[in-house]
Amino acid sequence: MAGKTIVCRCNDVTVEEIEALIDSGVTDIEEIKRLLRVGMGPCQGRTCIPIVISILARKTGKKPEEIAPPKARVPVRPVRVEVIVGGADE
Amino acid sequence: MSKIAIIGGGIIGVATAYELAKLGEEVVLFEKNYFGSGSTFRCATGIRAQFTDEANIRLMKYSVERWERLEEELGADIGFNQTGYLFLATSEDEVEAFKANIKLQNKFGVPTRLIDMDEGKEIVPILNTEPFLAGAWNPKDAKANPFKTLFAYLRRARELGVDAREHTEVVGLEREGDTITAVKFRSKGKVERVKVDAVLNACNAWAPLINGMAGLKRDLVPIKAYKHQLVKTEPLERGQAEPLVCPPSWNDAYIIQDGEDGGIICGAGIEHEAKSLDDVEPTYDFLRGVLRYAVRIAPPLRYAHVVRQWAGYYAKTPDSNPAIGKLLDNFYIAAGFSGHGFMMAPAVAQAMAELISKGRSKVPLDWEWYDPYRFERGELRSSAFQIG
Repeated sequence: MAGKTIVCRCNDVTVEEIEALIDSGVTDIEEIKRLLRVGMGPCQGRTCIPIVISILARKTGKKPEEIAPPKARVPVRPVRVEVIVGGADE
Repeated sequence: MSKIAIIGGGIIGVATAYELAKLGEEVVLFEKNYFGSGSTFRCATGIRAQFTDEANIRLMKYSVERWERLEEELGADIGFNQTGYLFLATSEDEVEAFKANIKLQNKFGVPTRLIDMDEGKEIVPILNTEPFLAGAWNPKDAKANPFKTLFAYLRRARELGVDAREHTEVVGLEREGDTITAVKFRSKGKVERVKVDAVLNACNAWAPLINGMAGLKRDLVPIKAYKHQLVKTEPLERGQAEPLVCPPSWNDAYIIQDGEDGGIICGAGIEHEAKSLDDVEPTYDFLRGVLRYAVRIAPPLRYAHVVRQWAGYYAKTPDSNPAIGKLLDNFYIAAGFSGHGFMMAPAVAQAMAELISKGRSKVPLDWEWYDPYRFERGELRSSAFQIG
């Protein structure tokens, strides 16, 4: 892990890692998400994705509102498997 | 040197671009969305040679050998790990079928063997052994990180001079006789044109659209998109279910521990033909259906949390085998992978690059078996055994 400023607390991704990836030419937020796993943890990107968007906007000269957040995944919050499958095995 | 256009920036297109550049060809690659956005970045990460016919076994044995050396060749971590595939039998008839498959796989050098459930439990500590009679175990089957793998290929391809463009949509092909002479593409709202010497259609679920642009019937290679979904749990302690574990008789349900973070990926053959090529919405029916299988395979999963669910396409042909070969004099296809594109990519990319550049390949790929014209002739292969 390069750098000390953590952006994604689920997967320990830092500002420096995000900046380095953008500098290497990866500027699509869907690709940044998958390569660094930022926003793929239990919080589903609530904390980190807005920060990633602001870093990406600054580095690429875009306005933050021009960068769509990556596709949101269900479930919105983690759900215990037993809640979904019910009590007894079938 | 000739100029070769590759349409489709998934693993097949990007890996073929790399292989062509290695052979000294000039390559331009077009991806209409972001790299990997079609099927590659939605796959379940599995790599196996446990197929049930000679063509797929031989191709995948070779592909696994390429995978084994790929991190070194590409100079990057791609998360490749030979954690095996374990298929589980629920009846005596299935045990006999496993034995026949194992015999065929062994004949071509794939070291699958039949194991009892004591050994199964050692390999997969959270396994529920009770419903199963035996397992087919190949420790050389594997998994890899699709994101890292695609970008490792892409970086090397670009270093070798490949012009790879994403968010660039091909909108037309120019054809004279049986030769494609130019590709028209739209980039930032503007249509441009590039003269080419050859074209590869690597668009998988979208391949029929490109065939249509080449003046071919869209159903010449009848690929249909089926929505396949996956569910993933929170990270678990490593080593709980590292192999892909699958009882085929339970609707092809499987679990596999993600090589990256240790979450359990759960899949099943609960599929629907996609309503359109942007229909990747997950469904609650799938979530409940796949987890009911998952907790029967590994009961402790009951207490894990589901973190994410997503969908992608199996771009399926009528026999679930890909279409790989030549469609016109200089127009090629490698598409319709039916869920097996990621695992086959190292072998297919090399074979396709050699075919385009040299007219023949040393890869053990049975061109007749995968012939894209077989559907028009009404020849179907035995259905390739599906599962991640």
